[in-house]
Amino acid sequence: MNYKTIRSLRGKKLRKGIFYGHAIPYLEDTEIKGRFIVIEGPDASGRSTQIELLSSKLEADGHAVLNAGLRRSELIGQGILEAKRNFVLGRKTISLFYAADFADQLENKIIPGLRAGYIVLSDRYIYTLMAREAVRGISSSWSRNLYGFALRPDIVFYLDVDPNELVHRVFKKNSYLDYYESGTDLRLSDNMLESFVMYQKLLRKEFKRMQKRYNIISINGNRSISEINEDLRKRIDVYLQNLQNY
Amino acid sequence: MSYNMNDITKSIPRRGKLIVVEGIDGSGKSTQLRLLEKWLVSRNMPVFFTEWNSSETVKQITKKGKKSGQLTPITFSLLHATDFADRYERNILPLLHAGYIVLADRYVYTAYARDIVRGCNPNWVKKIYEFAIKPEIVFYFKVPIDIAVDRILSGRPRLKYYEAGMDLNLSNDPYESYRIFQSRIIEQYEFLSVSENFTIVDGTMEIEESQRFLRSMVMKLLPLQFAKKNRRPRRQ
Repeated sequence: MNYKTIRSLRGKKLRKGIFYGHAIPYLEDTEIKGRFIVIEGPDASGRSTQIELLSSKLEADGHAVLNAGLRRSELIGQGILEAKRNFVLGRKTISLFYAADFADQLENKIIPGLRAGYIVLSDRYIYTLMAREAVRGISSSWSRNLYGFALRPDIVFYLDVDPNELVHRVFKKNSYLDYYESGTDLRLSDNMLESFVMYQKLLRKEFKRMQKRYNIISINGNRSISEINEDLRKRIDVYLQNLQNY
Repeated sequence: MSYNMNDITKSIPRRGKLIVVEGIDGSGKSTQLRLLEKWLVSRNMPVFFTEWNSSETVKQITKKGKKSGQLTPITFSLLHATDFADRYERNILPLLHAGYIVLADRYVYTAYARDIVRGCNPNWVKKIYEFAIKPEIVFYFKVPIDIAVDRILSGRPRLKYYEAGMDLNLSNDPYESYRIFQSRIIEQYEFLSVSENFTIVDGTMEIEESQRFLRSMVMKLLPLQFAKKNRRPRRQ
């Protein structure tokens, strides 16, 4: 299957091409056989649980599945953690650091996986990065250009959880609020809990804003794990089936 | 909610001066910039010197990636952008605001030239660096490729993988690859020298002669009292 057949397979909305913006020139003619599914959502929204469940289900159905996510690249992921721990980096620097990490994963993991025919499940994608940048005052046109080399996923889900509900899930998981997930660097409030809720609300607003442009499917994440999973599975099944019927 | 970061930086009065040298390896730019630094320091000007690819935070990672040979052009480009942004956000911009003369051995133009040669989209690269302010002056050291290559190779037994542009598959011979890679970079510099208004320095001139030229150009950017002081003959 080549680029043109993918375009026709993907119907009207995605006809613009398989990359969002300025494609990676040396990858323009990439043959992509696999499927690319992204699950977005805040920390403790249940993303990784859902990805685990979906992976098992898809594998049981006979698909080869590959997991990817942010800050996972061997090369850079560790460096970002260290740099953040030292609280030294500026905002543009952090954005570019994440973008470099993402690029490394995209080219060394996601694209090779898709070429080989895997279903790639990504735990977060560029939307989280763009939302974080937007609430930190970085212009969205700059961010959009920065991630222009990103591959357009087949489906993007956003696990939408009420920030007030989210707090309880975080506490169940960790018993403390993470510095960055609370947006502490934005100095929204001296009260850590309040800061967390305010920050998560800002991010959620950014996701709402991006929803249309990027075809993000919002999933009610306030439900139980199995209810959410059933919802996701149905939607993925329908999608994969439609592809076969072409 | 979102606004352009450039708006903030533009609104802060900038009292310092940003002076940049660009050119391929072996064009003599670093030697000249160091001499310029010595001169400004001797005149008690507040000076800060910054080099390409030197942020402590990022350097280690770039090094590791280069060693593993798995850096793709986009990753390569973004790591250098991270390095630049780190030096820009923490050193260059605050020091300019504080009134320093910042001397930069390579600036965004190095990224433009190298990334474009490596196959990245020119508009993509330029937009990434749009937060960087325009320097007061950019000296471009123009030198015939043979001279530059001779200067580099005489001082160094082996070329490194990315330095020679081996990732571009130009040639299996590192020296041949290096030469092709560098001449493509020169091509990009030539385009930029017009669009970005570079001040061209003939890289084949004697060191002293080039330095006199650089100093005369920099003098024009500095406060009047500096120029006067400089003309006064030294007392014995």
